[in-house]
Amino acid sequence: MASHDIRRPFKRPAISDQQRRRDISLQRQAQNRRDAQHQARCLASTILSLQPAQYEPAEPDHQLQLELEPELQSEIESDVQRQDLRGIDDVRQASRLKGAEARRWFAKQLMLPEWMIDVPERLNTDWYVFARPAGKRCFVVSSNGTTISRLRNGSMLHRFPSALPNGARTSNNSNSGQSYCILDCIFHEPDQTYYVIDVVCWAGMSLYECTTEFRFFWLNSKLVETGACNAPSTYHKFRFSTVPIYNCDHEGLNVAYTGPVPYVKDGLLFCNKHAHYQSGNTPLMLVWKDENCSQYVIDTDGKGQVPNQQQVVLELLFDGKLATSDDPPVIFGCLSGDFIKKTGLQAGNLLRFAISEGGLSFVGWKIRESGFALPRQTQPCSTFC
Amino acid sequence: MALEITQYLLAAQSPDAKIRTEAESALGQFRDQNLPGFLLSLSFELSNDGKPTESRRLAGIVLKNSLDAKDAARKEHLLQQWVSMDISIKSQIKSLLLNTLGSSVSEASHTASQVIAKIASIEIPRKEWPELIGSLLANMTQSDRPASLKQATLETLGYVCEEISHHDLVQDEVNAILTAVVQGMNVTEQNHDVRLAATRALYNALDFAQTNFENEMERNYIMKVICDAALAKETEIRQAAFECLVSIASTYYEVLEPYMQRIFELTSNAVKGDEEAVALQAVEFWSSICDEEMELQDYEVPESGDSSAPHSRFIEKALPTLVPMLLETLLKQDEDQDQDDGTWNLAMAGGTCLGLVARTVGDAVVPLVMPFVEANISKTDWRSREAATYAFGSILEGPSTEKLSPMVNAGLDFLLNAMKDVNSHVKDTTAWTLSRIFELLHSPATGFSVITPANLQRILGILLEGTKDAPHVAEKVCGAIYYIAQGYEDAGTSSSLLTPFLRDIITNLIATADRTDCSDSKLRSSAFETLNEVVRCSNLAETSQIIIELLPVMMSKLEQTSKLQIVSSDDREKQGDLQASLCGVLQVIIQKLSSADETKPIILQVADQIMVLFLNVFACRSSTVHEEAMLAIGALAYATGPEFGKYMQEFYKYLEMGLQNFEEYQVCAISVGVVGDICRSLDDKVLPYCDGIMTLLLKDLSSGELHRSVKPPIFSCFGDIALAIGEHFEKYISYALPMMQSASEVCAQMDDNDEEMVDYGNQLRRSIFEAYSGILQGFKNSKADLMLPHAPHLLQFIELVAKDRHRDESVTKAAVAVLGDLADALGSNIKTMFKDRAFFTELLGECLQSDDEQLKETATWTQGMIGRAFSVCG
Repeated sequence: MASHDIRRPFKRPAISDQQRRRDISLQRQAQNRRDAQHQARCLASTILSLQPAQYEPAEPDHQLQLELEPELQSEIESDVQRQDLRGIDDVRQASRLKGAEARRWFAKQLMLPEWMIDVPERLNTDWYVFARPAGKRCFVVSSNGTTISRLRNGSMLHRFPSALPNGARTSNNSNSGQSYCILDCIFHEPDQTYYVIDVVCWAGMSLYECTTEFRFFWLNSKLVETGACNAPSTYHKFRFSTVPIYNCDHEGLNVAYTGPVPYVKDGLLFCNKHAHYQSGNTPLMLVWKDENCSQYVIDTDGKGQVPNQQQVVLELLFDGKLATSDDPPVIFGCLSGDFIKKTGLQAGNLLRFAISEGGLSFVGWKIRESGFALPRQTQPCSTFC
Repeated sequence: MALEITQYLLAAQSPDAKIRTEAESALGQFRDQNLPGFLLSLSFELSNDGKPTESRRLAGIVLKNSLDAKDAARKEHLLQQWVSMDISIKSQIKSLLLNTLGSSVSEASHTASQVIAKIASIEIPRKEWPELIGSLLANMTQSDRPASLKQATLETLGYVCEEISHHDLVQDEVNAILTAVVQGMNVTEQNHDVRLAATRALYNALDFAQTNFENEMERNYIMKVICDAALAKETEIRQAAFECLVSIASTYYEVLEPYMQRIFELTSNAVKGDEEAVALQAVEFWSSICDEEMELQDYEVPESGDSSAPHSRFIEKALPTLVPMLLETLLKQDEDQDQDDGTWNLAMAGGTCLGLVARTVGDAVVPLVMPFVEANISKTDWRSREAATYAFGSILEGPSTEKLSPMVNAGLDFLLNAMKDVNSHVKDTTAWTLSRIFELLHSPATGFSVITPANLQRILGILLEGTKDAPHVAEKVCGAIYYIAQGYEDAGTSSSLLTPFLRDIITNLIATADRTDCSDSKLRSSAFETLNEVVRCSNLAETSQIIIELLPVMMSKLEQTSKLQIVSSDDREKQGDLQASLCGVLQVIIQKLSSADETKPIILQVADQIMVLFLNVFACRSSTVHEEAMLAIGALAYATGPEFGKYMQEFYKYLEMGLQNFEEYQVCAISVGVVGDICRSLDDKVLPYCDGIMTLLLKDLSSGELHRSVKPPIFSCFGDIALAIGEHFEKYISYALPMMQSASEVCAQMDDNDEEMVDYGNQLRRSIFEAYSGILQGFKNSKADLMLPHAPHLLQFIELVAKDRHRDESVTKAAVAVLGDLADALGSNIKTMFKDRAFFTELLGECLQSDDEQLKETATWTQGMIGRAFSVCG
C-alpha cells in the first residue's frame, strides 16, 4: 500500500499566471458577450420603428413633406401616426434641432387627451389615473449638457442646467454625447417644479413604442436615480417630480380625485396602460374635470371673476355647423342660413356664445386671423396649457 | 477453455520491442476472440504456484485492467462486459482468486487481493457475491490458517472496503470485518506482518466504520487499538497507525475530544524523537485538525458564533504546547532542501503546520512565536536564522493587520539586510518572507501598506539585486516583485509610485528570464509571470511608452524561438515552454494596450507581424495547437476587430485543430472562446467558416470523451455565432436546437445534492440561455418565426430554472434576459404562451427587487418587451 501522501505546498506562492490569463480572457469574453447581446437588445426599438420606411419605399420624402407643409398634416393623419412611432434616429436628430425648426417639430409631438365623455370598457383594469398638475404643458429635452423646455406650440420656456442625463455640463456627467432625454412635463409655477407626466426618451433610448405601463415604470425607476428630484442647485436649476399614479380601481380613483397633492390640481388624467406614446389627440388618454378637482372648470374673466353666464367659443363651418376647436372638432349645433346672412358671418369665424338654461345664445365674434392669439377666456377648455 | 499463456505473458515483458509487440497482439487477439476464456486463463496463471512470478504478476494486472479503468465510459463498458459474462466462468475465476490469497508468493497474493476488490466493487452493490465477506472472514477466524493468508486477507478486506460503500453490506458484515481487522491490529497479534496489514486495512476501512464510530464503546476500542499500534516496536506499524489518526482527524473530528490528550502525547513524542516518517505523520495530524477547524470557521454564522458542526477549538487549547513543538522542528532543516524539489522533511512540515495554526487561531499565535524569532534571528548558526525567518514568514496570514503591522514595520529593514546573508537558505527564506509580506500587508487600494514612498526605492533596489542571486533565491525574489506590482493595481494615485522604477524592473526581469545558469525553467517562468503582472498592474497612462517599447522586444524573442535547433523531443518541449511564456507576455501586452483608445492603434500597427509569429508557433507542432498562442490570438482578435478577417484563412486550420483537441480540454475550451472573439470581431464576415466551426462544435458536444467543462462554453458560443451571422444561422437550427433541448433536460435531472454538479448545472443552464438569446436576437429581424415551434420548450425550461432553488445570480440574469429576447423577437406571438404562466411575473418581481443594478435593468427591459408584445394587436 502506498503511503498516504502528506506533501503540502512549501514556500511556493499560489500563483498560476497561466490560469490567471485564462480567467482574465474568460472574463473579457463574458463581458464582450454581454455587451454584444445588450447592444442587440437596445437596438430593438430602432429596427422595428424603421420598418415602415423600409416597407413603403413609395414615400421616401414623407418626412420632408411634413416639415415643409405642416398644414397637410390632417390629410395624412394615419401616416403621421405611424411616423410618430419614430425610432431613436429621428428623435435624436430632433433633440439637436434649433430655433424655428425645433419649434415646428416639438409643436406636434405632445400626446393630448380627449374629454372623457363615457366610461371606457375595463377602466378598472386597463387604465391609470392621476391628478393633473395645473401649469404649462411642455416637452423637456436634455442633451449636450443643457436642458430646454418647450411649450406645446414649440416655443421655448426655459433653458437651464439639470441633473437629467446629459442635462448639464458637469465634470461628473459620464453620459456620452449620444445620451439625451425627452420628458413630457407640466411646469407648475407656484413651486417652480417640472412635474413629469410621461417619458418619451430616456438616456438615448426611445420609449415611443413602449406601453404606458412600461414608460411609467421606467420613469419612476430612473428619474430619482439621476438626482433630478433633488432641490435646485448650481447645476440643477429646477426641481423635477413625478406625480402619484394609481390604478383606476375604486380606491385609486378616490385617492386621485380627493387625495392631497403638493400641487394645484387641474382635473384627472386617465391613461390606457397599453397605449404607446402617440402625438396629438388620442382616445387612449382622457381628461375629466369638475369643480372638485379643477379650478379651471369654470371660465373666469380677466380679473379672475366668474361671469354670470359661462361662455363657449365655437367655429362656424362652411355648412353652418358650429364646432369646437377640439381635434377632432365636436359639433355643437348649427346656425340657420338666415342668421348667417343677416349677421354677415363667414365660415371660419369664431363665435362666442353664452350658456344659459335654454341653450346657447350668440354673444359676438372675432374674425379668425392667422397667428392671432385669442384671449384666455375664449380658449376652449379642451386645449391644455 | 483456459489456455496456456505463460509464454505470451513473459514475452510481453521482453526488452525486445518486436517480441513484446507480437506477444501483446497475440494476447489482444485472444481477448477479442474469447473474453471469458482469456480472463479464466489469466486467473489460472495467477493462481498457479508453479508459474513464474513475472507472468503471474502481469496476468493479475491484465485481469485488473479488464475490470476497471480511469475513464468513466471505458469503466462502464468493462463493468457491463463482466456482468454479462457466464456465471460459471465468473465463479471459477473468483474461486481461483480467493485461493491465490493463500499463496506463499506474496506478489501473487497481493495482486489477487487487488483483483478481488475490483470484482467486489462491481458485484457487491449488485448483491452478486454474497459469500465473499464470509469466506474472507473464515480465513481470519480459523486458527490453523498461515499468517501469510491472514495478511493477504486483511489486505483484501482493506481494498474491498475502499472500493464499496458500507451501505452495500448489512451492518453485521461491517461489524465482522472491523472485528477481524481490529483483532489483527491488537498487541496480542504476534505476527508483525499481520499486524501491519491489519493497521493498513483499518486505514482503508475507516470511512466504512461510521456506525461503529457513533457507538462510544466501539469507538473507544478502535481508538485504543490505534493508539497502542502507534507505540508498536516496528516503525512501519507506528507510521500506519499515525496515518489512521490523520484520516480520523478529518473524518471523525467531532468525536475526537476524549482522545485528544492521549493523541497529543503520542504526536508530541513522535515529533520529538521518532523516525522522520512517523514524525511527519504526527505533524500532519495537527495540520489536518487545522484544515477541519478552518473549514468550520468558514461556515460559522458570524453573529452567533454558531456553526452546524461542533467546533472543539483543539488548536486554540493545544496552542501553548503545540507551537513550541512546531518551532523545534524548524531547526531540523536539510542542508540542500532548497535545491531539491523532492524534499519533504520535518522542518518543512512543521513550518507548514505553523502557518495553518496561524490561520486557524489568528492573533493568539503571535506572542508564542515572536520570542523564538527574536532569540534566533541574529544567531551565528544559519539554521537558527533560517528557522526564525521561516517562523516569522509562516505567521503572516491569519493574525490581524493591526497585530502584524508594528512587527512587520519594525522587521522589514532587518529582512532587507538579510537579503545579503552569507547563507543562501537564509536568503531564500527571507525572500519568501518578503513576498508574503507584500502579498498580505501591501494593499494601497484599501489604505494599508508596509511600503511607503520613502522605502520603495530601497526595497526595489535590494529585490532587483536579488534577481541575480542563486536561481532558487531569485525565484522567490520574483514572487516578491509580483506582489508589489499586484498591490498597486487599481490603487489610484498610489499606482504612480511604481512608475519611475518600471523600466528598471522590466529590464531586470527580462535579464532574469534570459539566465542560463538554471537547471530547470522554473526561474524563467517566474520571471515572465512577474513581468506579466508588472505590465498588467501598471498605470497605463504613465507607462504606455515603456510597454510599447517592450512589445518589439518580446516579438523578436518569440521570433527567435522558431530558429532554435530542435534535435530531441526534450528540445521540442523546451521550445514549447519558452513559446508559452512569450505568448503569455504578448497576450498581456496586447490586452493592456488595447484597453485604451490612445494605445490601441499600436496593436493594429503590429497586428500583421504578431499574427505571423503566432502562426509560426503553431507551425512548430504537427498535431496539437499551442494553448498559449491560442489564448493570445483571442486577445488579438478582440483588439483588431473586423481587421482580423484577413488572418482567418491562415488561422482557420489551427482553430479546427484546437476545437478537436479532446485530450487537452483546456486547449479546446480556449479555442471555443476564441471562436466567440472572432464572431464579435468579424460579425457576418465569419460566415464562410461557420459550417466547419459548427460541425466541430456539434461533434464536441456529442463526444463522451471531451471533458464536460468545455460543453457550457460551446452553447454560449452558439449564441455568439448566431448573433454574428443572424438569419444565416437558420441551417444550423435543426442540429443545435435538439442539443440545447436535450442539455436542458439533463439539467432537470441533475443531482442537486452534489455541490460540484449544482455548480456545473448552473453553468450549463446559463450557457443554454445564452445560446437561445443569441439565436433569438439574431433572427429577430427576419426569421423570428423559425423559433416559434421552439418557444414553448424554452419557456418550460425557463420556468423550471425559475423554480430551482439552487439557481445562482448569473443564471437568473440569463433567464430574465432570454425571456425578454423571446418577447422581443416573437412579439405578440407569445401572448397565448405567456398567458397561463404566472412564474414569469414572480421571476420579474424577484429581479426588480434585487440589489443588483444590472439584473434590475435587464428585468425592467424584459418587462417592457413583454408589455410591448401584449400591447401589439394581432
